[in-house]
Amino acid sequence: MKINKIILSFISAIALLLSSSVISFAKVVGDKIILGSAISLTGKYSSNGVHTQNGYNMAVDRINSMGGVKVGGKTYKFEIIYYDDESNPKRAAQLAERLISQDGVEFMLGPYSSGLTKAIAPVTEKYGVPMVEANGASRSLFTKGYKYLFAVLAPANLYLDVAIRTAVELNGGKGVRIAQAFEQDAFSQDVRLGILDAAKDTGSEIIIDDKLPKELNDMAATLVKVKQMKPDVLVVSGHTKGALTAIRQIAEMKVDVPMLAMTHCDAAKLSKQHGKNSQYALCASQWHKTLTYKDDFFKDGMTYAADFTKEFGYDPPYQAAESSAALLVFKDAFERANSFDQKKVRDALAATNMQTFYGNIKFAPGGQNVDKPMVLFQVMCDSAGKCENKVVAPLKWASAKLIHPVPKWSER
Amino acid sequence: MDFMVFQYPMISVQACLDGILLGILFALIAYGMALQWGVMNIINIAQGDLVILGGYIAYFMYLYGIHPAWGVIVAPIIMYFVGVGLYKLVINKVVDRDLFISILATFGISILFMQLMNFAFGADVVLANSGYGTTFLFDSAVVLPNSKIFSAFISILFAICLVIYMKKSKLGRAIRATAQNARAAKILGVDTEKVYAATFGINAALCGVAGALISITFTIHPYMGLPYTIRSFMIVIVAGLGNLPGVALSGMGLGVFEEFADYILGTEFRIGAVFLLLVLILVYRRFKLSRKREYLK
Repeated sequence: MKINKIILSFISAIALLLSSSVISFAKVVGDKIILGSAISLTGKYSSNGVHTQNGYNMAVDRINSMGGVKVGGKTYKFEIIYYDDESNPKRAAQLAERLISQDGVEFMLGPYSSGLTKAIAPVTEKYGVPMVEANGASRSLFTKGYKYLFAVLAPANLYLDVAIRTAVELNGGKGVRIAQAFEQDAFSQDVRLGILDAAKDTGSEIIIDDKLPKELNDMAATLVKVKQMKPDVLVVSGHTKGALTAIRQIAEMKVDVPMLAMTHCDAAKLSKQHGKNSQYALCASQWHKTLTYKDDFFKDGMTYAADFTKEFGYDPPYQAAESSAALLVFKDAFERANSFDQKKVRDALAATNMQTFYGNIKFAPGGQNVDKPMVLFQVMCDSAGKCENKVVAPLKWASAKLIHPVPKWSER
Repeated sequence: MDFMVFQYPMISVQACLDGILLGILFALIAYGMALQWGVMNIINIAQGDLVILGGYIAYFMYLYGIHPAWGVIVAPIIMYFVGVGLYKLVINKVVDRDLFISILATFGISILFMQLMNFAFGADVVLANSGYGTTFLFDSAVVLPNSKIFSAFISILFAICLVIYMKKSKLGRAIRATAQNARAAKILGVDTEKVYAATFGINAALCGVAGALISITFTIHPYMGLPYTIRSFMIVIVAGLGNLPGVALSGMGLGVFEEFADYILGTEFRIGAVFLLLVLILVYRRFKLSRKREYLK
């Protein structure tokens, strides 16, 4: 009995200690600005969740070591409280609630993926907590009139817009015939809407419009139709799964199409792991290390990529780069607001107009970044079979010339 | 609705061939399920997750520079022991119980496996490249990836080996005896405990083979197991237990059905169509059973 009592009092002492330390988290403690983020460290988004977290952490370290954030003549350092949302939107919303109402966080960083950002945004909005997010691109995030949501990335409907316009341009300004296959999720459906808009603008015709289910790992039927109908452009978007399935089956079924445009190529590690099979695929990307944007903290894309690789042991995907940029935006806004008042910081965020290594950042009233175009890269292989992603559009940043039309399989 | 598949006859041929090759692979998974269902009266919800685990074995061999086709030999060996271990840990406690208990237990195992695989291998979708090339038929109007042909061939090979093993070997005969009447078998000196463990192991090994083939032909992902469980469940209830030709036929039938559903209803309804078919078959079987009961009255 006695031992039980001792154990019990010990446990309650620890619990008390923990709870008091939790309460001590607040927006600004001493010289620390505390940001909160629910992030997918486990579950189906865990790999991209980790890229996001690495991006955030890298920027925090960099900003802190280069003098921190100066507000009201005092220097502050960033710190982030993370919770694992298990890739589950409901959990993410709960955690946002917890970060704000229990931990007293007054500024948030976004989670990974459009779906989770959608779950969190109503919560941050309700409490008037400014959130800078770097991984939710779905158009519907920016049409709800959210006042406290800011996204450093270009919205999803612009992902493959460039591809269609390029195809039309190469076709002498005449409309092209498009075949498309999209997964049934918020992000991919937004990419699809973007294509529909682009098709309408350019007088292009959509001849195949397939939807892919979540569990899909076989799109042979779509590809057979493509073989039969011979479209000018094939567009596929279904996260890593869609990219991998498409690349494998296009190569195996020897589907010839003049232009293949996709999303999530670098997440799927196409050029590295699938080499020649993925050759000539066009991929939409938010960022590429060869872009020539600059800032004071990371210098430029190449330096960022080198530093990131040194720290984490792999090439930064764009998910990491945009996450780092989110911190730069926060720092800039705090300094311009010169205050920790949420309203003032929000207004400062809304007035952001800056360049980071990741790109220019300027928010539209809906919260999306309108100053940074998407880039397209093409997987290009040398004769030894080593493949690389080269930026081909927009022309301003192109490091290689677009290869169009894609050579037939029989001629490769 | 899209009836392109009927406008171009070659697409129908393509769909049939794709479906048959796919169906043979499904049949292999279903055969494992039928076997342990028949012997142990357990419906294994974790079937699909065992498949995916087998797929990861082949994938890791591929990562380390070994041709993934060797996975069809390595994966079943490892999976056999996984199966036996699973039996010793969990299944032996539910084997004589209500069917519902076994469904719950294997459902739990399924969730556990998904999360563990996600934890161990990451959430990325992966595949193993076989580099097998392509076969063109009918003046290249029909295209068959050799990886699909390879997996159908290996599936048939394993099924034949298993049938011979069940007929000729001592353990095979013991398994069949236990399936017919566990108590009688026990009285006649069959160690049913051992038979159950071996049966579950063999089922897991078959899943391992199928998984390796799936990583070569399609893609794998920790959360992709359930559709394979549903498919094999459906094949088994259509074909009945212990009916290998039936399993093979209904597997191919399901494969062809899926392909046509894909063309006609659209890819988004492909898995949905499988689930719908499952419901229809269950309703139909119930209807048939209730008629039989009336005769008995």
